Amino acid sequence: MNQQFYDVIVVGGGPAGLAAALKAKETGAEKVLILERDRELGGILNQCIHNGFGLHHFKEELTGPEYAGRFIAQLEGTGIEVKLDTMVLEVTRDRKVAAVNRTDGYQVYEAGAIVLAMGCRERTRGAIGIPGTRPAGVFTAGTAQRYVNMEGYMVGRRVLILGSGDIGLIMARRMTLEGAKVLACVEVMPYSGGLNRNIVQCLQDYDIPLYLSHTIVDIRGKDRVEKAIVAKVDENRRPIPGTEMEFDCDTILLSVGLIPENELTRNAGIEIDRRTNGAVVCENMETQTPGIFACGNVVHVHDLVDYVTAESQRAGAAAARFAMGSPSSGDALELFSGEGVGYTVPQRLRLDAIDKSVEVFFRVRAVYRNVEIVAESGGVKLAGYKREHMAPGEMEHIALPKVLLQRAEGPITISIREAVK
Amino acid sequence: MVDVAIIGCGVIGAATAYQLAGRGVSVLMLESENDVSMGTTKANSAILHAGYDPRPGTQMARLNVRGSAMAKEICQKLDVPYRQIGSLVLAFSEDEMDHVRKLCRQGEENGVPGVKVLSKEEVLAMEPNLSKEVCGALYAPSAAIVSPWEYALAMAENAVLNGAEIRLETRVTGLEKTENGWLIHTDKGDEKARFVVNAAGVDAGTVHEMAAEPTFETTPCRGEYYLLDKCEGSRVEHVIFQCPTKAGKGILVAPTVHGNLIVGPNAQDIPDGGDTANTAEGLAYVAQMARRSVPEVDLRASIRNFAGIRANTDRPDFIIEWAADGLLDLAGMKSPGLSAAAAVGEEAARLLQEAGLGLRKEENRIETRKKFRFKEMDAEGKAELIKQDPAYGRVICRCETITEGEIRAACHTPIPPRSVDGVKRRTGAGMGRCQGGFCGPRVMEILTRELGYDPLKVPQDQAGGLILTGCTKQGGVRK
Repeated sequence: MNQQFYDVIVVGGGPAGLAAALKAKETGAEKVLILERDRELGGILNQCIHNGFGLHHFKEELTGPEYAGRFIAQLEGTGIEVKLDTMVLEVTRDRKVAAVNRTDGYQVYEAGAIVLAMGCRERTRGAIGIPGTRPAGVFTAGTAQRYVNMEGYMVGRRVLILGSGDIGLIMARRMTLEGAKVLACVEVMPYSGGLNRNIVQCLQDYDIPLYLSHTIVDIRGKDRVEKAIVAKVDENRRPIPGTEMEFDCDTILLSVGLIPENELTRNAGIEIDRRTNGAVVCENMETQTPGIFACGNVVHVHDLVDYVTAESQRAGAAAARFAMGSPSSGDALELFSGEGVGYTVPQRLRLDAIDKSVEVFFRVRAVYRNVEIVAESGGVKLAGYKREHMAPGEMEHIALPKVLLQRAEGPITISIREAVK
Repeated sequence: MVDVAIIGCGVIGAATAYQLAGRGVSVLMLESENDVSMGTTKANSAILHAGYDPRPGTQMARLNVRGSAMAKEICQKLDVPYRQIGSLVLAFSEDEMDHVRKLCRQGEENGVPGVKVLSKEEVLAMEPNLSKEVCGALYAPSAAIVSPWEYALAMAENAVLNGAEIRLETRVTGLEKTENGWLIHTDKGDEKARFVVNAAGVDAGTVHEMAAEPTFETTPCRGEYYLLDKCEGSRVEHVIFQCPTKAGKGILVAPTVHGNLIVGPNAQDIPDGGDTANTAEGLAYVAQMARRSVPEVDLRASIRNFAGIRANTDRPDFIIEWAADGLLDLAGMKSPGLSAAAAVGEEAARLLQEAGLGLRKEENRIETRKKFRFKEMDAEGKAELIKQDPAYGRVICRCETITEGEIRAACHTPIPPRSVDGVKRRTGAGMGRCQGGFCGPRVMEILTRELGYDPLKVPQDQAGGLILTGCTKQGGVRK
């Protein structure tokens, strides 16, 4: 077991890892290594064969594999090393990475800086506790997407979708195009969890009904799903007796949330934010463990890959600078999530490390119309940003200018307020 | 004609086959499902009870204590995940303390080693996450946790290695007495056996009545569970029981050998012994009662719910007796059936021998099994294993760190898996927090490659529960 040194090691070769590695190299890191557990680079984009990727970053509409392909092509000639089919088993606070694959066996690599870019996983049936039998035919939408788009198999004929997350919506259309009958999409919340454009393009265009404030209360069938019972829920998300509808389906696809995959992060003892389930990060995507950075869906779940790319480029550049001996330092201001705000990323800001302004990403907790996003500190309003419409399904962001941040006298709170007319 | 046919290959059937195989008699296991351990064996609390619960003098008491001790040895020999972590029965009132003292006396009478009554302070020192309302507890150091399906599989596999035969997806439909034994009708043809052992679990009554007048009535009783993520796995260090109350038998909270936390079961009598559905009410009750013992237990960390069926009968004890000449019932294997299983198998072998089976001491019996569990190895061990076989360097199940080498090895065991969940039971792939979402398609790929299965015919678990319904439009062209 020999130890090899890299300036920057990137864990994960999806969109986040690719952008971080390329930027780290461009910023001057000499030896950059990507460790990818799958057999090819690109991560989950490889199974996202629909279009709609890249509108912000490339100003054109690409499919998932095309979007990933642009970055994979850029690797050529950069000297960035890639190890595929390689599983990282452990990351340590002193920046060692233990990994295994078939050809190198068990290896421990040392890194000047590490970028965590492991992405996220789907919430499962077990996590949400749907009552009923446990037959075959209940899939998370992403697993179904893999079978259909990458393996070439169909997973069902009569489909009910629970949850209106983007992958579920995309799969409603995909299954329809493959000849399946999608009976309905059922969402427990009074609003959709996915992007509005997906509601229109994947449900409405195919006459697939969306039942808001409904959920599955029973799954029936011994070997394979035979029926799902759906009921309306009250404001506390409890099923209302007497509102049950029966759906004769052989398949249930779950699109009920994504969870950043942070087992490596947790085991390394890196501070995790309970709200995002990702690491607590600073303005440059550095975690609270110096030299270890994180970006993409492992930090917080994005709805547009373009923003993953931008965030990961910041992480890659900062990781390279850290590895080259110029870490960011200085006192950090904390960013708090106030009224109506589910979380913020970053959670800490080091003013010394901010150039002109810093972008803050967050999700709101409910649907809002004509409101103001307010940044304040010690009861003093620093900035306000008017919005006509905001929803939990769409990630929001604001740019906080450094000059305003310098006026803060302590933690900054981001809240949603009624707009002053 | 075989010497012994065993109907049902749950842990009781497997333990019986394990006792008989390789000892000079021919053994045939008949199982209606597509794997070992598909009934109650795969859906229970996964606990080897110490043995203070059963009334002294019953078969349950004797076989529980003996069976738990045997299990420890068998798990070691056959490399089955097992941990002796001890159990606590919590008391929340003076009345319950009386019950705990009674259990302690009962335990001593049953020959349970080391049982003692603990004070509130002693209990909380051992388990700081328990409710501060606790008054005291019974401590039984010999209680253990086990992987029930691996335990059953290991014994069944060992039996096959020692010459027993297993027929999966073979349902017994009738029994006919012949001059020198039994004619067994199955949906796959007839078999002949000198002796028949009825280890059909919840269906043992049905099998009994194929050959004899009813002597017991099965009253299936469902229990529902939560299985929590490993982040909750060390919430408690012992098996935590409650005293039975008017509201029910009490809910346990325990670590599992796989590192998770198990919470359950409720108890609901149901008419259909095959009805393993979860209910919103059942799960809510389990959650509420679990918080009574461990207030902080985080049920949002649930990764799976399941339900199992207790093979309760109208008789208070296990039913280990001749149903007819040459037909041995091993029925009513309710709790502590898993704990007692090895001793029940031993008891069955003794009864068969008395009836003239003719078991011999066999010298060349295979006694041990060794499995590679990649994630449990140290760095040097991992490095060495991958060097010997690169397949151990490819991680297929990312949540549980299960390698291709382990899955391939499972495909070539004496009882190969027939489903994706069959691989899960043998290797742990798909048991983790993503529940096979990521590794399912890859496990399917390895299954089809190693065993030549048609992907369109691979079930998730039981036969008939197919995962795929066909090819996509272009996938169809490619295939």
